[in-house]
This record gives sequence, structure tokens and C-alpha cells, in this order.
Amino acid sequence: MSLIRFFKTVFMIDFLTGLIMAIKEIFKPKKTINYPFEKGSISPRARGEHALRRYPNGEERCIACKLCEAVCPAQAITIESSEREDGSRKTTRYDIDMLKCIYCGLCEQSCPVDAIVQGPNFEFATETREELYYNKEKLLENGDRWENILAANINADSSHR
Amino acid sequence: MLKLKVNDIDVEVEEGTTVLQACEQAGAEIPRFCYHEKLSIAGNCRMCLVEMEKSPKPIASCAMPAAEGMVLKTNTEKVKKARKGVMEFLLANHPLDCPVCDQGGECDLQDQSMYYGIDKSRFKENKRYVPEKYMGPLIKTQMTRCIHCTRCIRFATEVAGVPELGAIGRGENMQITTYLEKAMESELSANVIDLCPVGALTSKPYVFEARPWELKKTETIDVMDAVGSNIRVDTYGWEVKRVLPRINEEINEEWISDKTRYACDGLKNQRLDTPYVKINSKLKPSSWDEAFKVVSERISITKSEKIAGFIGDMTNMETTYAAKDFFEKTIKSENLESRYEKLYINTNVRSNYLFNSSIEGIEKSDLIILIGTNPRFEATILNSRIRKNYLKNKTEIISLGDVGDLTYPYQVISNYTDTIKDIIDNKHEISEKIKKKKYPSIIFGQSVLKLKSAPYIFEEFKKYLLENNKISDDWNALNILSKNSSTVGSYDLNVLSKNSSYEIFNKLENNNFEILILFGQDNLNFEKKNEFIIYIGSHGDKGASIADVILPGATYTEQDGYFTNLEGKLQKAYKASYPPGEAKEDWQIINELSSFIKRKNLYKDKNQLIDSLINYLNLNNKNETDFEVPEYNFKSEKIITEEIDYYHSNVIARASKTMSECKNIRMSLPKTGTDN
Repeated sequence: MSLIRFFKTVFMIDFLTGLIMAIKEIFKPKKTINYPFEKGSISPRARGEHALRRYPNGEERCIACKLCEAVCPAQAITIESSEREDGSRKTTRYDIDMLKCIYCGLCEQSCPVDAIVQGPNFEFATETREELYYNKEKLLENGDRWENILAANINADSSHR
Repeated sequence: MLKLKVNDIDVEVEEGTTVLQACEQAGAEIPRFCYHEKLSIAGNCRMCLVEMEKSPKPIASCAMPAAEGMVLKTNTEKVKKARKGVMEFLLANHPLDCPVCDQGGECDLQDQSMYYGIDKSRFKENKRYVPEKYMGPLIKTQMTRCIHCTRCIRFATEVAGVPELGAIGRGENMQITTYLEKAMESELSANVIDLCPVGALTSKPYVFEARPWELKKTETIDVMDAVGSNIRVDTYGWEVKRVLPRINEEINEEWISDKTRYACDGLKNQRLDTPYVKINSKLKPSSWDEAFKVVSERISITKSEKIAGFIGDMTNMETTYAAKDFFEKTIKSENLESRYEKLYINTNVRSNYLFNSSIEGIEKSDLIILIGTNPRFEATILNSRIRKNYLKNKTEIISLGDVGDLTYPYQVISNYTDTIKDIIDNKHEISEKIKKKKYPSIIFGQSVLKLKSAPYIFEEFKKYLLENNKISDDWNALNILSKNSSTVGSYDLNVLSKNSSYEIFNKLENNNFEILILFGQDNLNFEKKNEFIIYIGSHGDKGASIADVILPGATYTEQDGYFTNLEGKLQKAYKASYPPGEAKEDWQIINELSSFIKRKNLYKDKNQLIDSLINYLNLNNKNETDFEVPEYNFKSEKIITEEIDYYHSNVIARASKTMSECKNIRMSLPKTGTDN
């Protein structure tokens, strides 16, 4: 053993192996990305910013069943409901405290109509805390903005649900 | 007694019980939809199937009478499979719209399909649709969800006594409907909402308001009438969302009246939330200190005998007691009165103003005589007990004067006081009946007690019943039906001015008082002249409109308080919510007012008040009160049963939109040929 060790030391085998590997890596494509300008791929199940979706005809999906409110382990969701003029069950208030939220995704799982979803957006840092108390308006706006991706994600994941 | 074996456990049951009840006694849980303890047996949901030895098929346990030597099994594979099958059939036409259904979270079908059902449906065909039915302003229908248990039909025909609900069509085409699609003409109608095991009948005023799991439940009692029904108040935040019945076999069984259930939206409207002081004949909001100052200055410059106080119809006993102390110790006046009109009340013994046969006892009564009362509107729950008695025993019910539909047939006799004189003098046919029957009940309404000959009627009738041995330890036939929840409690606390005479009312009518303090009293009948009126109460109603100073108080859901019901049961109402705005609990207002006037609190805290209240009740021996029966004479009068505005009988109900809606609908109902 000590003889092999002796030869390796004399001829700098370990050093040369490392050097060769480093030279090889120079010619391979880069592993890191230039984050704000480049973005990595995201799983369709990624649990990012919340959104309330609408049906294609513009009707909001949420029916105020309050299951998400009940299941939320951080109690971040507050819902108030009442009868709309046409007799349908709708929310009058849908608030999510994004600071309380632990992004566990239970709200999305519990929703019987795929109304509340967690989209791929994770870049919603704000300057003040108040901006992170989302209300219904903000959530619906999110839904409208991300609808194409959200629908595609739900479709991609549908076979596993 | 019959001996049975349920799941290898021996049980002994009384004859006449069903297999289902026997299984319950053995501790086995049987799922059910159509079976209900208080209703007749229908046996049409088939959920309660159990296996019986020597029977080829599982049996419907609710409809099968228990028999000697039965061997039953409730948890075999066969039973489980049968339940799954039944469940699958029940769900075949059920829409499974739990997320939008108000029953979701407290639904029998939801719970039982979780425990006993299967997770898949093999029913691929189209589900049926049933159009919604109109059932009035209280009940929202979604008849597609109906599983045809017929509980609502049985309730309407049996308990409520209005056979207006029924089923049309057969099989899949069966529909539950009010035949003419009109509101149910019953004061108990909303109980069908609790009975409905699915979300077919839900509460209209509560529609989509909240989920059962997010409501705070407070078990308390009701103050809409003197019955003292046991209720559960559900609150979301500070807001009272709904009122539900609580089971108390001695009082309300499982039912509550519509007013009890739906007047709760009146707790939000017309509330007094800040003190008001009249400046230049206009009420202006002010601070508590300011209002107290105005009141205390006024009281200190007025002679104590010129100050009078009136206790209202929903005032709890703590407030009444505090008011009593306030008048005795702080003002030193004797003019505190709990009646609102000239009612004859003999406070010598407690039984003189109680419903002595008791609400439960009325069920075994074999002769019921109503004198100047309409129990349907004055005490709805009591009326349902009388009906129950009538259905069971075909009891003879007699009323002096026609009081309209009471949901059971009754004999109408002349409504003059002469009739009562004849009965007492043994000249009337009823005299014989009273003597012959073992448990007769004579129910006096407040309409009799305000007659000029009320002392004669009451005292002589009592004498007559005593002579005939109808007032004994075993059975007391003499009943007074109080209308308001505070009445009996105030009498227990002896809040009656000077020997319960009418002097205070005469003085009030002649405008002899300078200051009137109204503790939630809105029903006084007098012309205001120069009186300075202080109103302590919760709602802006008649009392507040004539007031010079308004001190905002709390309602029954916003403070702990004792109430004594018409049969003399002391019950406590618990705080479920908070008084709005600046409003305070009533006893607190009196306590602080006292400290403003005398620089000394009446009580250190509420516990001290309650201790001394309970002490007073325990010590108070009615036999020693020095009530002298006044000289009385007979006078021939007509007994007119006062018509009460059922849906608007108190401030909370008057502030309630639902109650107003009910009233409008009741008034607009077309008269049928049988109405007079």
C-alpha cells in the first residue's frame, strides 16, 4: 500500500486527475442560472402564490363552502358568505393572510370546485406587510392573470388526483 | 318486561318498545332517517335494518315491536351490506351538492354515508330534479335533496296540528309539498328544519350565512314567552346567527316556537348603543358620565314618593333585584312595579301565580278549561303539549269564548263571568265534570286577571277547587298562564308596589309621578305629561321614544341572567355575545347610577348580586307575606281574551325583519269559509 501511495505522491496523480476534471467541466454547459433574468423550471404541483379562479364564462368558481377555511392549519383564510341576488351561494369576503400561510396546499386539495389554487408564482415579495393581506379582489386578479398556466397545471396533474 | 338479546347482550325492555329502542338500550347504535322519538313510526327509509334470528331477511328495527326472546344482531356482515345497499339507493337521487348546502357539516345523510355507506356510486343514470316549493318566509326548500323520510309531514300533522304538508306522487315521482304552496300556518313550523335529516328544508333567514363548525354555541334559555324554552344560541363573532332548540323533556321537549327561533335578527336592528339625553326636546348622544349626571341630579331634587319604576317583560332577575335594591336603598321609594297594567295577583303563596299543573303535567290532565287565554299565541310550546294530550287521550277541552283555531277541537261556552259563578255555585254542568275528573286543569290567562271581578273569580275558584280536593300535594288544578318571561321571577322577588294594589297605575294615569324609570318596559299605557322618563333598555321602541334619558342596556343573549318560567323553574340564560357600542349590562347601569347618586355601589361585583339574589329567593317564605285579599264583589262581565300580536309581541320581535315578514304573510292569507 505504502508503495502505491509513494508513486501517486511522486507523480502527482491525484492532482492531475482533479485538473483534468476541471478542464473537462470548462467545456460543458453551465449548471447555474442567472436568476432574475433566467428562471428554472417549476413542477405543475408547485405551491406558490394563491389565486381564485373563474369559469370560462367569467363566473367565479368559489361557492363559499368554507372547506379551505376549515382545513387551513394556520387559520390564514377568512370567508364570509351570503346569498347573491340570483340565489347562488357566493363569498362576500375572501381574505388570505399570506404572512400566516404556510403554503401547505391543503386549501387547494380541499376545494371541490378548483377555485382556490396555488399557482407557480413565488415572486410576490412586498415592501409592507399590509400588501400581503390578500382580499378577494386581489386573489381573483391573480386568477385572471395566471389562468392559462393554472389550467394547464391542473390538467397535467389531473391523473394523479 | 321483555327479555331480548342484542349482540349477545341481554336487555330487558318494557312492552311496546320497538326493536330499535331495545338495541339503543343495549348500547348498539342504529342509523336512521325516518324514525324520530317524538313522531309516529313510518318505517320508510329502511336504514335501521338489523338481523334477527329465524328471519330470512333483515328487519326494519324502528317499525318492529320487540318481543320476548328475540335474538338480534346489529353489526354482522349482512347488516353492514344491507345498510350499504340502502345508502346507495338513498344517494341515487341525492344531488351531492354538500359544498353549497346549508346542512353541510350537520347533515345526517352526510355523517351516516361516511360511516355506513360506500365511497362509489353505480348509478349512472340521470338524477331526478324536483322543483322548489314555497313554504313561507322561514323555510327554504331544495326538494331535489329530499330523501322522503316524511318527518316533516308527520310533524306538521301530529305536533303542529296543521295538516298542510303532504306527499304527492309515488315512487320516484314522490314530492313533499304544501299542497297550495303557501306558508305553513303554524307557530311551530320552523321545527321541520331541525327534523329534516338532509338539506331539503333549511332556514331561509340563515341561508348561506355560516357553517356549523365556525359558530360558537351557547346553551341558554329563551325569553320570548314565559315557557322558558331551552335553546342554543349560535354566534359568529359577536353576531347571533341562529337559535336552535335544546332538548328538555320537562319544558320544550325538542321544539321551539318560530318567534324564539327567528326573532334573533331583531338583536341587530334598532339597538341603543350609546346613552342619549334630551336637550331642547331632542335626544342627543352623550357620554355615560353626562347621562348619569343628568339622571342623578334630577333624582336628588325629586321627592322619593314621586319616583316610580317599572320592570319590563324580558328583564332578568338580576336586573329586577338590582332595581329593587336601587329603589329600596338608594331612592327609598316603594313605587317599583313589575306589572304593566292592573292585574290581580295574590302573592300569599307562590302557587297563586304559577302554572301549577306544570308543562309536563298537562299531558296527563283529563279536563282542560281555558279561561281568558289563547295558549297558542301566549305559550306555543304549552299549546303543543295540550294537543299532544288531546291526541293521546281525547281529553275534553273547554274554553270560555271562542279564541280561534288552537290546533285541537274544544268546546266553547259562554264567556261571561256568570259562567264562572255558576261553576262555583255548582249550577253548571262543568262543575260536575271538575269534581269527577282526577286531574282537571283550569288555566287562567292574564285577560281574566285584569277584569274588575278578577279577585272574586280567582279567590272563589281557588276556594271551590280546595273544597273539592283538586288542590293537593298530588295535583294542583289552578294554573295561571303568564305571558312574559320576567313575570314570575318578579313576583318571586316581590316586585309589586304596595300590596299589589292598583294605586301606582292610578297615579300613573293621573300623572302624579315626576320621574319614571323604565327597566325595559315598553308596554305602559299612559299619556306622558311632565314626567321625566329614564329608559334603561336595549331597543329603540315605545319606551325609548318617550324617554328623556336613554341608558342603553343588553338583551338576553348579551348578559348572564336568571329567569323563572311560568311553572316556577329557575333557569339561567348565558351570555353569548356582547352589548353593542357603549351599551352595558343592565345591572351594571343600575349599580353605577347608584354610585353616582349615593357615592356607593350597590354591589361589589356580579357575584355579590347573584349571591344576595339567590339568598333572597331561598329566604323568602311566601306564607309570611302580608298580602291581604281585598274585598271583592261579583260583577257580570264579558271575558275578552286579549288578542296578542304574536309576531310583534316584544321589542326584539318588533325589530326583527323576519318577524315582520311573517306577520305580513299571516295577515295577507285569504280568509277561508271556516273563518267565522
